[in-house]
Amino acid sequence: MQLIAENLAANRGDTRIFEGVSFALRSGEGMTITGPNGAGKSTLLRVLAGFLPPSEGFVEVSDGELAEHSHYLGPNNGMKPNLSVKENLLFWQDFCGGGGRSTLDALDEVGLGHVHDVPFSDLSTGQKRRVAIARLFVSPRYIWLLDEPTTGLDRASEHMFTRLIVRHLRTGGMVIAATHLSLGVDAMKNLRFAEAPL
Amino acid sequence: MMALLIRDIKLGLRAGGGALIGILFYLAVAAVTPFAMGPDLNLLAKIGPAILWTGALLASLLGLERLFQIDREDGSLDLMILNRHTTSLSLVVFTKCVAHWVTTGLPLVIITPLLGLLLNMDGAAIGATVLTLLIGTPAITFIGAVGAAIAVSLPRGGLLVSVVILPFAIPVLIFGVMATFGAVVDGAPFKAPLLLLAALTLFFAVLGPLAAGYALKNAGD
Repeated sequence: MQLIAENLAANRGDTRIFEGVSFALRSGEGMTITGPNGAGKSTLLRVLAGFLPPSEGFVEVSDGELAEHSHYLGPNNGMKPNLSVKENLLFWQDFCGGGGRSTLDALDEVGLGHVHDVPFSDLSTGQKRRVAIARLFVSPRYIWLLDEPTTGLDRASEHMFTRLIVRHLRTGGMVIAATHLSLGVDAMKNLRFAEAPL
Repeated sequence: MMALLIRDIKLGLRAGGGALIGILFYLAVAAVTPFAMGPDLNLLAKIGPAILWTGALLASLLGLERLFQIDREDGSLDLMILNRHTTSLSLVVFTKCVAHWVTTGLPLVIITPLLGLLLNMDGAAIGATVLTLLIGTPAITFIGAVGAAIAVSLPRGGLLVSVVILPFAIPVLIFGVMATFGAVVDGAPFKAPLLLLAALTLFFAVLGPLAAGYALKNAGD
């Protein structure tokens, strides 16, 4: 699978957030997006995920549409506080078309097997984030679009997540992550937004 | 699809779902009106169906702005938009409307007989009101979904949603009350307004989710 973005530009209202963004990724390649606050990292990910239409340019994958092959991990976790961790993950598994690991397996990946039946609201910030990461495993998708994925994670969890990203790349996946942190993955390209727009 | 229906019904019934607010509002309207109308029992029985319908309509409007807003705030809406290839947004809206109606509209229908007694309505009038509410209130939810989708990115869109959808909900109210009167008053039409009411519900069950799905997809920011 190949992903090509060509001369992308995006607006919010009348303000041009970024322009002239081009890159290409193949299976097994990753890319980090770095830059100062307000430079357009999240906006680029939202354009890639199809939430915001690009004002110029296009993005395409070699097979079908980008969104149907993608997981999006945004600033919010997409989980309901009133439901248990298991109920939340089961819902997303079903909604995303299923076919992945069991919810318990996915939680074990992020070291949270013991919170399977705990209400989501009872978890700490970092644990909530890890449950959101576990969502990436309950239904398999090639492309991971990650917006500040390590927010709230401690050092050990960051390492764990880095290992998961490496494994995903090795098995032919694709990762695009907006993050200030070095994910510590060698095979990553880097797209740097130089400055905040005027 | 089923998973979404079950999840939303669970969320609606658990604490903080807001199902009780509509019921309490409905109860308040029906309980207060007799005091305002005075002790004329015949008058009360005569306008009872209209009072119940007005109360149910306004109560249905109450929780509507939360229909998509909660999902937007916790990031679920983004994921639903991302997964529109597996489950189309219109289907998502339809399912959420059904779940919303089951948790907020259906309870109103169920307590209607009780409130009918408060308003001195007889058995036929109560039965007719329950029937017309059962057929008509889903239409209000489906219309409301469009307003909720348009106002989803507004921080306090509650009143706006009500104002936007009220004109479209008026025909539902008219035919609902008309059919109810048809059931109790000799010579008044019953079948025709009831069928029109059903038609409105079916019409908005198709148009509402389509329009709301389109609005949600383009709410994108």
